[in-house]
Amino acid sequence: MSNMSQATATETTSEGVIESVSGPVVTAIDLDARMNDVVYVGEEGLMGEVIEIERNLVTIQVYEETSDVAPGEPVENTGEPLTVDLGPGMLDSIYDGVQRPLDVLEEQMGAFLDRGVDAPGIDLEKTWEFDPDVEEGDEVESGDVVGIVPETESIDHKVLVPPGYEGGEVVDVNSGALTVTDTVVELDNGEEIQMRQEWPVREPRPTVEKETPTTPLVSGQRILDGLFPIAKGGTAAIPGPFGSGKTVTQHQLAKWADADIVVYVGCGERGNEMTEVIEDFPELEDPKTGKPLMSRTSLIANTSNMPVAARESCVYTGITIAEYYRDMGYDVALMADSTSRWAEAMREISSRLEEMPGEEGYPAYLAARLSEFYERAGKFKNINGTEGSISVIGAVSPPGGDFSEPVTQNTLRIVKCFWALDADLAERRHFPSINWTESYSLYKDQLDPWWRENVDEEYPEYRQWAVDVLDEEGELQEIVQLVGKDALPEDQQLTLEVARYIREGWLQQNAFHDVDTYCEPEKTYLMLTAIRTFSDEAFAALEAGVPVEEAIDIEAAPRLNRINTQEDYEAYIQELKDDMTEQFRELY
Amino acid sequence: MQKEYKTITEISGPLVFAEVDEPVGYNEIVEIETPNGEVRRGQVLESTSEYVAIQVFEGTSGIDRNSSVRFLGETLQMPLTEDLLGRVMSGAGDPIDGGPDIEPEEEREIVGAAINPTAREYPQEFIQTGVSAIDGMNTLIRGQKLPIFSGSGLPHNDLALQIARQATVPEEDGADGGETEFAVIFGAMGITAEEANEFMDDFERTGALERSVVFMNLADDPAVERTVTPRLVLTTAEYLAFDKGYHVLVILTDMTNYCEALREIGAAREEVPGRRGYPGYMYTDLATLYERAGRIEGREGSVTQLPILTMPGDDDTHPIPDLTGYITEGQIYIDRDLNSQGIEPPVNVLPSLSRLMDDGIGEGFTREDHADLSDQLYAAYAEGEDLRDLVNIVGREALSERDNKYLDFADDFESEFVQQGHDTNRGIEETLDIGWELVSQLPKEELNRIDEELIEKYYVEGQAEQVTAD
Ligand SMILES: Nc1ncnc2c1ncn2[C@@H]1O[C@H](COP(=O)(O)OP(=O)(O)OP(=O)(O)O)[C@@H](O)[C@H]1O
Ligand SMILES: [Mg+2]
Repeated sequence: MSNMSQATATETTSEGVIESVSGPVVTAIDLDARMNDVVYVGEEGLMGEVIEIERNLVTIQVYEETSDVAPGEPVENTGEPLTVDLGPGMLDSIYDGVQRPLDVLEEQMGAFLDRGVDAPGIDLEKTWEFDPDVEEGDEVESGDVVGIVPETESIDHKVLVPPGYEGGEVVDVNSGALTVTDTVVELDNGEEIQMRQEWPVREPRPTVEKETPTTPLVSGQRILDGLFPIAKGGTAAIPGPFGSGKTVTQHQLAKWADADIVVYVGCGERGNEMTEVIEDFPELEDPKTGKPLMSRTSLIANTSNMPVAARESCVYTGITIAEYYRDMGYDVALMADSTSRWAEAMREISSRLEEMPGEEGYPAYLAARLSEFYERAGKFKNINGTEGSISVIGAVSPPGGDFSEPVTQNTLRIVKCFWALDADLAERRHFPSINWTESYSLYKDQLDPWWRENVDEEYPEYRQWAVDVLDEEGELQEIVQLVGKDALPEDQQLTLEVARYIREGWLQQNAFHDVDTYCEPEKTYLMLTAIRTFSDEAFAALEAGVPVEEAIDIEAAPRLNRINTQEDYEAYIQELKDDMTEQFRELY
Repeated sequence: MQKEYKTITEISGPLVFAEVDEPVGYNEIVEIETPNGEVRRGQVLESTSEYVAIQVFEGTSGIDRNSSVRFLGETLQMPLTEDLLGRVMSGAGDPIDGGPDIEPEEEREIVGAAINPTAREYPQEFIQTGVSAIDGMNTLIRGQKLPIFSGSGLPHNDLALQIARQATVPEEDGADGGETEFAVIFGAMGITAEEANEFMDDFERTGALERSVVFMNLADDPAVERTVTPRLVLTTAEYLAFDKGYHVLVILTDMTNYCEALREIGAAREEVPGRRGYPGYMYTDLATLYERAGRIEGREGSVTQLPILTMPGDDDTHPIPDLTGYITEGQIYIDRDLNSQGIEPPVNVLPSLSRLMDDGIGEGFTREDHADLSDQLYAAYAEGEDLRDLVNIVGREALSERDNKYLDFADDFESEFVQQGHDTNRGIEETLDIGWELVSQLPKEELNRIDEELIEKYYVEGQAEQVTAD
């Protein structure tokens, strides 16, 4: 302790001097700083964050490119941790990893991202219609809603008393067109409430407690909803080698999941993938509300070629925005593509700090950081008494597609859904290429009541049947590999045929087909019942002595693979079931 | 600031450490003069108030502690002008074709800034390469980065050259079927003189050279220079595309040599290595190259990248292909078995992928049936491939009629669709028609990836029976 105080006793001020520069890591001397303070580095004032303090030497990770920055240049400490601006205007927006609005940056510096330019996370000049929910004389506490702002077509933004406020009696209320920095409500203790608040990204916003989630986050993807459902407030990981479908799955979730708010974090991935979202989402409609998808979406894009330190922070920026909307009582879904790039950013910074490396060069705190992050997901009771949830779905990009590596393994220890992507399936264009034997969901049982109540009492039984058939297929395939299909007994040949329809007709789903891209739970269920009808009737025919070739060759059967693209699926399925039954009965 | 220091304290591999008493900028360019008057260039990798670490492009041999060090006060720049077209430069950016000096219109930092995702335009224009395995199955799109994953001794260069020769974009506005040609920027990193000649001869033979810029770092050129070459290439490409309106095709070969150079520098700095000894930041480093492809809203031109890499041991889980695949928008695999069967180009379509294909094909781009047909070809070929293992064990007779059809399909797909020769230029219609003839060997009910209406329209009757007949 004593040498600590000695260190601080040397003369430090809020202005220090650069001592060394190596890529994104800069050291400074004589800087009075606390861990995680935000600093401005060099003549150009590049934004950075304090990540290590050793005696008089402060180490900073810089969120911008550091070419040309030299020792001797100044470093200025803001004395504040890395925060995000929270308030209306975050939806229908796109930010970099430290919440700089990319569209504003484009206006200021053109098509290429220059450095040293800063812009507030939310527009300080724009006015919003503030509709108060409180009157003079009302008592409010931290977390309480004091008014509503129509933020986008689909979302009412609730203005909350910031956490940490003491609260008290309302003495003044404003309404009408106001900017985010105008005071909307004033309390008797002098506290002023604005539409904008700040929050340090590395600190979870307070809640009362976590609750057990019991409602599914319906994704409209058959294999997810049908076999491996995630709950609202749940966590899922999508690991898979390159090109196996992580991003398409994340995009599908961002488009069709029945969350109120979507926060999409593009963490160290491709520029064009973000452009695709920016171009597509405004054109797409929320199947529930008919409103443009973009109006419920906030995007964070720190692509692979953008500074690596800002990549490290982008997941925190994302989850803090998610927590803020959760506090309003919304169900939020956050996608992070890819958490591996975040872990690699940690590794890169850590190795420049010459920290003792853990497994595969990752810092020893990798597991802790991952679990702290996923801990921020959940279904919560908020401090204002409402309920809200954050579901987190993280893509994982294991080197060489090998799931035994540290990021995949540490993630699997935390998350409750595992959607394992499979390069083999992707190669044969079986999409989504989620491996049905390796994947699992630990939410299945707690979500069954929802399916029984909202879709069909029988659904869980049908699902189990499908799983059993697929399992049996897996075993039979091993034999087929040795002796060929025709050597199997007839009933087993038929099982293979049923399994094929489950795979091709039900599990496969084309994200790029206008109809197939979204499948409501009712359709997911009914499609399975159609395959079941085929199975039951075919086995009955077999019993009655019909040869298997004839049974599987009935004219109607191939239509099982076409239900997916039918808009009017109920009529189609009914007719198909009738035709199959009739055709089977004709055989004996 | 042109102060000269004679303060070298340590020389280690490609690195030189020198003491300084004035601040030096990170990434700044350095000139080191050896006692016998030779000048080497380098770049600051780490700068502190007392010393700097310098990475020397041309290698450190001959440098001693008496060499002098000059800091130029700027980062590495590329001189830019349209007159670069037709020129041949060294891997460090100096003309080596005996032509006149480059008179730049401007100079730009070669590090390059990231394109703001909001300024990008999603690439959607189909490039016809005339190669069925690409056009039909893994369509290349203008502004895409699509690497060729190959192995040593395989004909990846022939494929790259075929693409460079044949690539055209059918223009919508040119009603008379006008087509635009690409400007080709070729960056060689550590390839042999023989390989380099292959490219140069072809460029000269076809007259492509006048719309090309060539940067040559050969096998016997300094390895560290290779970390600079692709950045010179891409800075030139961006300039020609986004300032001068060219559609640029960038060929970078061999990315494996580039990565080896990175590893060498990392080792010299005694960095904590990542997987298999490659630097932990290799993903980020490669991304700052590959992401310099694309289209920008409101600008004429485009940068399309075709990097080539040879996979050590043909292993695509090796960090070089692995990290590349995680960044690029797909990949084309060159296959050793297909090559030894004489298939030309020996493209294995199954693991190959073009991620931008979905939005660039179909009605208005290629043809309405393209997406469904290619899906079906994939599925059927994969099924046929699987059966090949089985047939080796149980023989053809033990397989059902259906299985035999898939086996025949897989063989024919390779010999008729993939096989075409390096000089054949197939139009997209022709490619798709061959595809239909092949899938029509299968009964209609099997074609569950294809819309029923399209089957009615394109299915070639009679093919299925023919095959079973023989
Ligand atoms: N559900 C789907 N429907 C149709 N095609 C799909 C689907 N999922 C994936 N694909 C195809 O697979 C390709 C690769 O998918 P994607 O980009 O999601 O891979 P990824 O796992 O994110 O790869 P990377 O790790 O390199 O980012 C897509 O471009 C698309 O062609
Ligand atoms: Mg992806």
